[in-house]
Amino acid sequence: MELTHALPAPQPLFRRLNWLDWVYAALVIAGAGYALARYGSHMEGYEQAVLIGAAGALTGLGWHWKAVRVLLAVITVGALAAISLYQGDLARADHVFGLKYFLSSQTAIMWMSVLFALATLAYWSALVGRSATAGALASALTWGAVAMALVGLLARWYESYLISPDVGHIPISNLYEVFVLFCIITSLLHLYYEARYGARQIGAFVSIVIMAAVGFLLWYTFDRGAHEIQPLVPALQSWWMKIHVPANFVGYGAFSVAAMVAVPYLLVKGGRFTTALPPADVMDDLMYKLIAIGFAFFTIATILGAMWAAEAWGGYWSWDPKETWALIVWLNYAAWLHMRLIKGLRGPVLAWWAVIGLFVTLFAFLGVNMFLSGLHSYGQL
Amino acid sequence: MTRRAHGSGVYELLSSMRFAVSLLTVLAIASVLGTVLRQAEPYPNYVEQFGQFWFPVFEALSLYDVYHATWFVIILAFLVASTALCIYRNGPLMLREMRSFRENATEKSLLQFTHRFEFASGRTTDELLNPVTSYLAQHGFRYRLTDVRADASRLIAAKAGSFHRAGYLFTHVGIVVICIGGLIDGNLPLKILQVAGARVPETRDIPQSQVPAPSRLSARNASFRGNITIPEGSSADVVFFNVGDGYYVQELPFTVALKKFYIEHYTTGQPKDFASDVIVQDKSTGQVSEHTIRVNHPLIHDGIAIYQASFADGGTRMTLTGWPLFSGRIASFTLTGAVNQVAQLKNADVEYRVEFSDFRPFNVENLSENAGSRVEVASVSKRILAQLGSGAANMSGKDLRNIGPSFQYRLRDAQGQAREYHNYMLPLELDGRWYLLSGVRSSPNEAFRYLRLPLDADGGIQGHMALRAMLFDSEARRDVARRFAQNAARGEAANETMRERLAESAERVLDLFTRGGFEAVADFLGKAVPESEQEKAAQVYLKVLEGAAFEALQLGRSRGGLPPAIADEGTAFFVRDSLNAVSDSFHFGAPVYLQLNRYEEVKASGLQMTRSPGKSIVYAGSLFLVLGVFAMFYIRERRLWLLVKPGAGTVLFAMSTNRPSPEFEREVALHRVALAQLIEA
Ligand code: HEM
Repeated sequence: MELTHALPAPQPLFRRLNWLDWVYAALVIAGAGYALARYGSHMEGYEQAVLIGAAGALTGLGWHWKAVRVLLAVITVGALAAISLYQGDLARADHVFGLKYFLSSQTAIMWMSVLFALATLAYWSALVGRSATAGALASALTWGAVAMALVGLLARWYESYLISPDVGHIPISNLYEVFVLFCIITSLLHLYYEARYGARQIGAFVSIVIMAAVGFLLWYTFDRGAHEIQPLVPALQSWWMKIHVPANFVGYGAFSVAAMVAVPYLLVKGGRFTTALPPADVMDDLMYKLIAIGFAFFTIATILGAMWAAEAWGGYWSWDPKETWALIVWLNYAAWLHMRLIKGLRGPVLAWWAVIGLFVTLFAFLGVNMFLSGLHSYGQL
Repeated sequence: MTRRAHGSGVYELLSSMRFAVSLLTVLAIASVLGTVLRQAEPYPNYVEQFGQFWFPVFEALSLYDVYHATWFVIILAFLVASTALCIYRNGPLMLREMRSFRENATEKSLLQFTHRFEFASGRTTDELLNPVTSYLAQHGFRYRLTDVRADASRLIAAKAGSFHRAGYLFTHVGIVVICIGGLIDGNLPLKILQVAGARVPETRDIPQSQVPAPSRLSARNASFRGNITIPEGSSADVVFFNVGDGYYVQELPFTVALKKFYIEHYTTGQPKDFASDVIVQDKSTGQVSEHTIRVNHPLIHDGIAIYQASFADGGTRMTLTGWPLFSGRIASFTLTGAVNQVAQLKNADVEYRVEFSDFRPFNVENLSENAGSRVEVASVSKRILAQLGSGAANMSGKDLRNIGPSFQYRLRDAQGQAREYHNYMLPLELDGRWYLLSGVRSSPNEAFRYLRLPLDADGGIQGHMALRAMLFDSEARRDVARRFAQNAARGEAANETMRERLAESAERVLDLFTRGGFEAVADFLGKAVPESEQEKAAQVYLKVLEGAAFEALQLGRSRGGLPPAIADEGTAFFVRDSLNAVSDSFHFGAPVYLQLNRYEEVKASGLQMTRSPGKSIVYAGSLFLVLGVFAMFYIRERRLWLLVKPGAGTVLFAMSTNRPSPEFEREVALHRVALAQLIEA
């Protein structure tokens, strides 16, 4: 028997942390404190609360998932470098080398696209060639893409204020920006579970969704010029946006990854590539976990959305197409969870359902903006 | 079947999971309907969309207001009932489970578990108890110790994560509470009154004060959501809300007066903020207070929330000059009007109603050269390079400009036919020349087609109107034709008959042209001239037209007391533009052009007011829901038993969970090893 050592008693959280964790926490809090001291007078109380809450959430996330500490350090350095290169002058993006080719928002997002494309190649060659090296490279490239995407968004945030202080706003306000956010969150969810379950092969499938998002983003940029920073319409000028949108995208991201776990699950259940892919029961559990986390965040996001609507539009529920489709998505996964947890349903039916769920989600996310009109005005194709 | 058994069958069905999941699905599908079909549009739009046959069918199914349809509310009510019954059925069980340690588990039942193991132990129960229970406590288990049983054994029954079960209660109670709150705030109470016939929506377009009692709702109404548009300087003490193709008048316990409405703009011209300065006066106390209402910053007054919802024109007063388009006299007239009001217009015995519908103080348009035609062919690398840089980089590619005020009106003839017009106040530069624009369309779904009236050298349209008057006066036309012939044939050996022939043909072209523009001329050519010569003839006609029009301009100017125009290139363009404008006028559909001279803007603010007692209920339910969902997902219920059997010298270990998972398997393995060390030592 190999498990001869006694199970150590679970220690309280604070004892499990090492000095690095504390340095990390101190830096996050110092950063938030600096932001509060410097810009607090321009924020209303709720916004300050969101900032403090975000610092707390980042600290907790970094303690729970150590890799996040590195990511945060890298993007902080990247964003600060971008800011210092700008020297308060937007036009420098066109001729300062570091900005034009690396750190200005558009360039960083182009780098993100390139890195995601390379990561996709690496994931697939790892899958096909059963190469651990390629797999490790794929993960590293994905981390790089996420870092570039975050630097891009942070730089964009800063650029929006350089255009004009009244134009400045957090870059999660239109379809272009939330697509970048979607790529980030979907990748992070996958990276987290990849590390915990060692199920790197799933990355090949997740990368399909991400590449689709990147493809859309590029089309949206080149064909529609959607990357241009636009000032916020009055209805979107609210601190609610800062929590409603990210919560929603954790939901969308988790549902997408769940569907991309369902695909290899179905392959394995169908007797295909059984040796190349993770075991079916691992994927089955992963699918449940992702839908659970997606459902939890989607619940919160919908409630936050209702509270925001109550403040901006005069009613917490207006049966606006976006709201209604959010409800449809939610009902869909509630039914999914009931079938699994109470009926004990397992296997291909649930997996197919998760794949179909992705299309329902996709419609709520994109289709509504394309085909239906309503109060949600943050993006029209 | 007995009645009781029948009743319990319904109960079984309603509280069953299968039924609940079916309801969720039905609700989802029903919800899709209302997003595919635009809701609560004016009924004529639906008639146009679906035709006379389907319109009443869809109306009977309440497809124009799905979410307030009786059948939809019934589905919701079933969901509430089903979930409530489910709680009633499972709730007590869950609570019992949550509290119970299952300390009456027997050896036989423990042996049924998948996860069980027997440790050998020579130690006494007392020796074992301390280390084992402290181990369990350390790992978050609470436990009970039974008395010594008949066979001298003792059971340690432990459990962790019991709150998982409360999660079920929280989630489902949350859903029921949310639905109840929502039903209170929906139109449910009104709907019941309406079905009973006590309330009837008003469908006529009549002044608010004349709406009869059955269509009025008192200020005590517990829950409502309605809209009102208040012009600056006016006040209101009611709101309206639409039901089907009718509306209700909801009285308010206060009066809201609008002092001022403003729109702030970004430098790019997009709106940045909408705000209303209002004065609220309580009806009962007479108390007055002043507030500013902005988007995202509603005012809560007397339990009623007041939101900045929209804005409109509140009756801007305008002074206009009317220019007859087909008259032989240079005679403009003055017309006054206001938005949302009607003016009468009489033109050559024909009466028109001018229904002023909108006014906009500014119009920001993208006037960049390549607006609309963006795809220029560039190499891929060039296109990528162009995208690098800041997110703001390309903003300069757009040329957003304010092109000044505009107003809109419908012109309705005696038969009730109307066309809609959209006129800009200021001239606009197009292709290097200046025009006044007037747009026309015959239905709201069309885009406006613009008539361009050219400005003369003095920057007015008098010149163009003078030219027109000469063309549409048959006497003057003859005069114009003669002048044209005189001047055109001046250089040659003046031949009276030739001059006369020229004058005649010029007059004929002018006659044709003033009857139907270039089209009429082309029609004539098509019939009268052999095909091979049409091209050439057309050019000759055009030359004649232009030459004659120049003479018309001069004649018109002299009659109008204006100095003659200089014969330069600018005038040539002006004459050509004038001919185009005259020709296009035949498709304009109106006998006059209305030019805006002066205006006094009056804005109106659209306010939405709600009283929603269900809101806090919904929020409370939401909190329950979130707590419950997290409890169910992230608290894992585990039970652990240790049956100490001193007689046999063994300890029976068993574990169970209501949610099997890989984590649980791992935990069982770890506890088993750890406990083995403690027990077998
Ligand atoms: C509006 C309708 C309903 C919704 C939205 C809803 C939602 C949910 C959700 C979100 C869960 C959590 C899944 C989890 O995290 O474990 C759940 C679990 C559950 N639901 Fe429902 N539910 C509804 C109606 C019902 C009804 C009518 C029943 C009656 C049978 C029911 C029975 C259950 C049970 C037994 C569980 C699992 C509890 C457990 O053992 O942990 N639900 N439901």
